[in-house]
Order: sequence, then C-alpha cells, then structure tokens
Amino acid sequence: MEEMGARALEQGIPLSVHLDLTYRCNERCVHCYLDHDDHGEMTTAEILRVLDEVAEAGTFFLTLSGGEIFMRRDFFEILAHARKRMFAVKLKTNAVMVTRARAERIARLGVESVQVSLYSHRAEAHDAITKLPGSFRRTIEGVKRLREQGIKVSFANVLMKGNEDDYGHVRALAREMGAGFTIDPMITPMMDGDRGVLALNVDPERLSAIFRDESLTEGAPRFSPTPAGPAPEEDAAQMLPCSAGHTLAYISPYGEVFPCVQFPYPCGNVRRQRFADIWKDSAQLAEVRSVRLADVEGCSTCVHGASCSRCPGLAYVEGNFRGPSIQDCERSYAITGVASENLKRKKRVIWLAAAAA
Amino acid sequence: MTRYIARSPDVAARTIGGELMIMSGRDSSLFSLNETAAALWEAADGATPLAGIVDRAICARFDVAREEALADAEALAEDLARHGILVVSEAPIPR
Repeated sequence: MEEMGARALEQGIPLSVHLDLTYRCNERCVHCYLDHDDHGEMTTAEILRVLDEVAEAGTFFLTLSGGEIFMRRDFFEILAHARKRMFAVKLKTNAVMVTRARAERIARLGVESVQVSLYSHRAEAHDAITKLPGSFRRTIEGVKRLREQGIKVSFANVLMKGNEDDYGHVRALAREMGAGFTIDPMITPMMDGDRGVLALNVDPERLSAIFRDESLTEGAPRFSPTPAGPAPEEDAAQMLPCSAGHTLAYISPYGEVFPCVQFPYPCGNVRRQRFADIWKDSAQLAEVRSVRLADVEGCSTCVHGASCSRCPGLAYVEGNFRGPSIQDCERSYAITGVASENLKRKKRVIWLAAAAA
Repeated sequence: MTRYIARSPDVAARTIGGELMIMSGRDSSLFSLNETAAALWEAADGATPLAGIVDRAICARFDVAREEALADAEALAEDLARHGILVVSEAPIPR
C-alpha cells in the first residue's frame, strides 16, 4: 500500500477520492459539520460522468459518503457504476436504512468495506446524539444485515461530551459483531468555519486519559507520551503536511473540489471543468502542494514537530493553512502534557490581552 | 483439458504508473501484476480458452515459447484464482 501511495505521489495521481453524494441526512447529529439542506446536488448523470473522469485520472480508492448515502434514490445506480469502473469502494453510512435487500445488493456489488457511525452501546445515548429516536436499534440491525452478507464493517466512534465513557463498550460490541472499530476523540468545526460545535469536545483531562488508554491498542502505547522533538531541518524541508491535494481529493454533492473533506479550500468545480483539469491545473491545489513542514510558522521548530498530526484543513479553517492548527496543538498537549510553541504563544497573547484589559 | 478464465467481479483494479494494481475482494489484499500477468488479466473474458489467450495476448506480444508461456499462464491463473482475482473453469464463464 505504501509503495502504491509513493508511486501515486510521484506521478501526481489522485489515488483516493472522497465523494459526498448528498448532505441530506435522516439524522441530526449534534456535532455534525454539515448544512443538510439540498442546495442543488449533482444529478445522476453528472455523478456518473464525474466517476468516469475520476477513474480516468487514476483513482483507485473511492469513498461514497454524505450526509446519508441512502437519501439518494439513485444510490445503487451510482454504486453499480463505480464498481463497473473498478474502484475499491468504501461506504460511509449510519446503516439506519440498510434493509436485507440493500445489504445483499451491496455484497453483490463487491464493496470493499462499510463504515458505520455508532456513538454508544447505550440506545439512549446514541439516539440523544443522532436526534433520531430508534436510530441505535436500526443501526445495529443494519450492521447485522451487512455482516450476514460477509461485508467488512467498521464502527466509527466519535467522542464528545455525553458519550466519552462509552468507547470501551462500543469496541466490545464491535468485536461481538465481527466489526472493526475506530475512535475519533475530537470534534471538528463546521464546513462554513462555525466553531460552535467545538464546545462538545470532551474536557482536556478526559481527552488526555483517552489518548493514554493503552487498552485501545491492546497494551501497546497508542501515542508516545513524550514529544518526538522538532523534525530535522532537512526532513522539514521535504515533509508534506498530509496527502490532502497530493494523492487525495474531496468532491462535494455540488461538484466542488477540495483537497480533503476536512479542508474546505475551493479548488474548482466538476460541473464547469473536467476533474483531471482541476487536479492538474488548479492554482489553489498548486498552492496546497507547495507547503512543506519547514514553511509552517512555529511548527518546524516545535518540540512536537516530528510527531504532530497537524491537519492543514483545520489550520485553514482557523485562518491560515500555512500556519499551525491550534486544535492539533491541543491534541499534542493532551497526549504529552507538553505545550507546543504555538499553544505557548497563544496563551501569551491571551495573557497579554487580559493584562492590557 | 480446455480452461477458461474470467476476471472476478469482486476486485478493484487500476493501472497506476504503468503497473496494474488489483485489490482482492476476498480479503482486500493488494497485488501488483507485471506486464504479462496484466495482459492475461485484461484478456480474461470467460469466453476465450486460456490457450487462445496465451496465443493472442502473450505469444503475439512477448518473446516467449508457446509451451512455456502456456505452463506459466496456467500456474499464474491458478494463483490468481486462489486470491479471488480470477475465476478458472473448464467451461466458458457467463458474464
């Protein structure tokens, strides 16, 4: 897989594309970053054409997500076309609408895996987050149907205030059902930059304990408890922030192309240009690709430089993708208890502002 | 014995940097096929006997003796079938 990624990077191939088919959803999750109204989604014909273009650009991994994918009546037409173009397809769904017939069709079409959002092993806690009564029961039933068809399923467990103590039980439930399990302990801002949902993030002390919970990786430390130190200068000059815009692209239901689902920097629209032309010629993507760790203010010399998972998308939403992401600084702090350069600077600014007031 | 080969409907495949990458639908393992293996895969239509595919897609394009090419193709087809990438049958495989 690494070799494949390296070859794609070298040749400028968008190895992975995440396509949101809709932002409409049957759930109203309290932490969701999307506007669920339909502002003019791509038609079936447009999506099939985009899939052809994406296949021609060399994409191998295709994630179909939303919103809720089953809100589109043409979902199976889209999925069948994606498989005809021989993508390795991953689906993201809440599984509430997965009937036996749908599970059978998904299996027949050779989907690689299905990721299902599950917030708790307690129905009342899960339903309180999704705001859809009965959603826990229906999600679990949907997953059972998928598993009966031999489909690989993984639970995505996003943690926030209200379910932060449940992840061990969710993981146990995943094991019982023969499913995988991934945990995401941090909430991200809305796509329009609204940071109000961040208030749902678990408290720093609890977050720190979660990052240090060795049971999450069967006894092996999940994260290094000490900062890895600054990246060596020669490495920092070459290090890419992540695969966004390099081998990864995101396409919205309205045809907008972004470097990643978490990086809402508009780079073009497949309704007006061919995907390959955007991928090759977009000035915005060229700008994203030009950034190396050494260019990021404060990060290259930071004590977390070599181990930080700084997300340029979060940095973009915070105001500058050539700058730090304070949310990732907070993550590094939660893991190690050592403040990053930028966190120290931010605290100094807050302290100075308070002193001036 | 006449053998037929067809591409498994469960796989994902793409040519990346001139190399054919295939992911098995059975266990998501990734395979990189060399040029001759890729030629066999691309010609595996379920209707043409394996020997015919070897003549048309291998011997006509690569400098290799027919007997050797056929033996290699049979071994390769069995191997790819074990990984769920090809379907091998003694009768034509309907698509």
